[in-house]
Amino acid sequence: MNRSKRRTGRRHPLATVALLALGLVFTGGAYAALSTGTAQAEAEPTSQATIEEGKKLFQANCATCHGLEAQGTANGPSLIGVGAAAVDFQVGTGRMPMQMQGPQAQQKPPQFEDEQVKQLAYYVASLGPGPDIPADHLVNGGGDAANGAELFRINCAMCHNVAGAGGALTEGKFAPPLTDVSGVHIYEAMVTGPQNMPVFNDLNISPEDKRDVITYLKYVQDNRSPGGFELGSLGPVAEGLFIWIFGLGAIVAITVWITAKSN
Amino acid sequence: MAQDDHSGADLAVADSSHAAHEPAVSPGTAIVASDGFQNPGFPPHRPRVTDEDPKREKRASRTVYTLFYLSIVGSVWAVAAYMLFPIESNDVGAVRLNNMFIGLGATLALLGLGFGIVHWGKSIMADVELADERHPIGGSPETQAAAVKVFTDADRESGFTRRSVIRNSLIGALIAFPLPAVVLFRGFAPQDQLPVELLSHTMWAKGTRLTLDPSGVPIKAADITIGSAFHVIPEGLAELEHGRLEEKAKAAVLLMRLEPSELNQAPDRESWSYDGIVAYSKICTHVGCPVALYEQHTHHLLCPCHQSQFDVANHCEVIFGPAKRPLPQLPIAVDDEGYLIAQSDFNEPVGPSFWERS
Repeated sequence: MNRSKRRTGRRHPLATVALLALGLVFTGGAYAALSTGTAQAEAEPTSQATIEEGKKLFQANCATCHGLEAQGTANGPSLIGVGAAAVDFQVGTGRMPMQMQGPQAQQKPPQFEDEQVKQLAYYVASLGPGPDIPADHLVNGGGDAANGAELFRINCAMCHNVAGAGGALTEGKFAPPLTDVSGVHIYEAMVTGPQNMPVFNDLNISPEDKRDVITYLKYVQDNRSPGGFELGSLGPVAEGLFIWIFGLGAIVAITVWITAKSN
Repeated sequence: MAQDDHSGADLAVADSSHAAHEPAVSPGTAIVASDGFQNPGFPPHRPRVTDEDPKREKRASRTVYTLFYLSIVGSVWAVAAYMLFPIESNDVGAVRLNNMFIGLGATLALLGLGFGIVHWGKSIMADVELADERHPIGGSPETQAAAVKVFTDADRESGFTRRSVIRNSLIGALIAFPLPAVVLFRGFAPQDQLPVELLSHTMWAKGTRLTLDPSGVPIKAADITIGSAFHVIPEGLAELEHGRLEEKAKAAVLLMRLEPSELNQAPDRESWSYDGIVAYSKICTHVGCPVALYEQHTHHLLCPCHQSQFDVANHCEVIFGPAKRPLPQLPIAVDDEGYLIAQSDFNEPVGPSFWERS
């Protein structure tokens, strides 16, 4: 019997425990490090209390159309898997709860406090995985406005107007103006595609490109038009209406004055 | 006062004759309309306040010369504004101020002149009613005969009618003369290429990957979630050095993913889509605007120029507006690596109709 050889060949009885502990610490540490990157301010996304509060709010305010378990009814779609971003956009901009069924949900003053919106969002996010509320560095407008402008012209300007002034769609629907929308809500709208807006997922427009689009919109909001009066930035319709009414009106008035007999 | 040749004389005739104007035929041989138009003459002369009140006249003249002085101020200001608000490079705000202040000066200069002159004419210059009669349209018989004689003499002396060979060859030369200018229009088309061929084909070919506009990154079928709309250009277009915009104007494609159950596909076109992913030309068949206003729930595509609407779920058939043909569909497939590729070029010319389009 070679005891010494056996002893060197065997691990310490506590080695497995130590390895397990080490592994757990690493995983936990990595998770903590990663999750702090996207952590939210007030309501903790993972907290059970937040989800419970959100569930109560949901059942009191949303369940009529979306069902008690958010499974959807004839009057409203299922919300399983839409993610926190969709709820934060729809409720945070006052589109939900909806006033009435119509071509499209109208924007109105938000019906909930910010914290309640987050609670609702994390309750719905707990039902199935979906896009999360974006991190702050993606929505604060610190990107490349020129790249954002090109992406905006290609992907967004046909509906939202090149200056983000909004525009008409079919059968009473419309693309809303983006002149007064926060960066978070613009990001969430791109990711989730609310109402009839198409979805622009991260493989179509990457998160950094989305940041650039938001940067461009912020630039347009903050810098006055170099051409003077924008007339709503609506282009030839508004400009034509203005010149037909006021330009021709002035010409008619001057003509009347020239031909009238002096008193 | 200044008058043209006719006004005074004509007026005198009209005034003296209108009361005594009687038909020159005997009663019974002509019908005299009892409500025939009678020249009412001038309304009674009403003097202006500037004619009666010297103070008012002074004030009017003051207004007029003030307007002219304002016009001078406007012109000087426009020159000063050009120097005071120079256009700095890289500053669009400077362009705005420069244009606005020069424009305000020029406006003041022109309006001051215009209003001053009209006000002068209306309130200070002599106020007399005048009728400026129309000239008779036809000339006197002698003038007419003389004109005809000029033409017949010219024809006889030149032999324009008699020497028909010379005349006809002249007409032929005049017709042929503008033809080169018309033919030169062909020079606007690309060299060594047939315009009909160019209009009939795009950059898409069998195996061309679908890539993102503007980056040119190839797209995997798995990247496209339901409800997405991707703006697509063919692989290699982003790197083209010459004619990139010309090719893009024909090859631009909108890629959408619908629930496969919501797509109503014709049996012969079922293989053109991939798991609910469809690709359609973005060029409107009406006059060629980019159609890209996509509504993900109604599956409507709206053209912003003339409101043509296409139903993506039904092969982009026209459901509203002036477009006459559905948008051409690009047949797509997936290659070994999972990237979306075109099966072929479009099976019909994209965009609006043209003369030779079959």
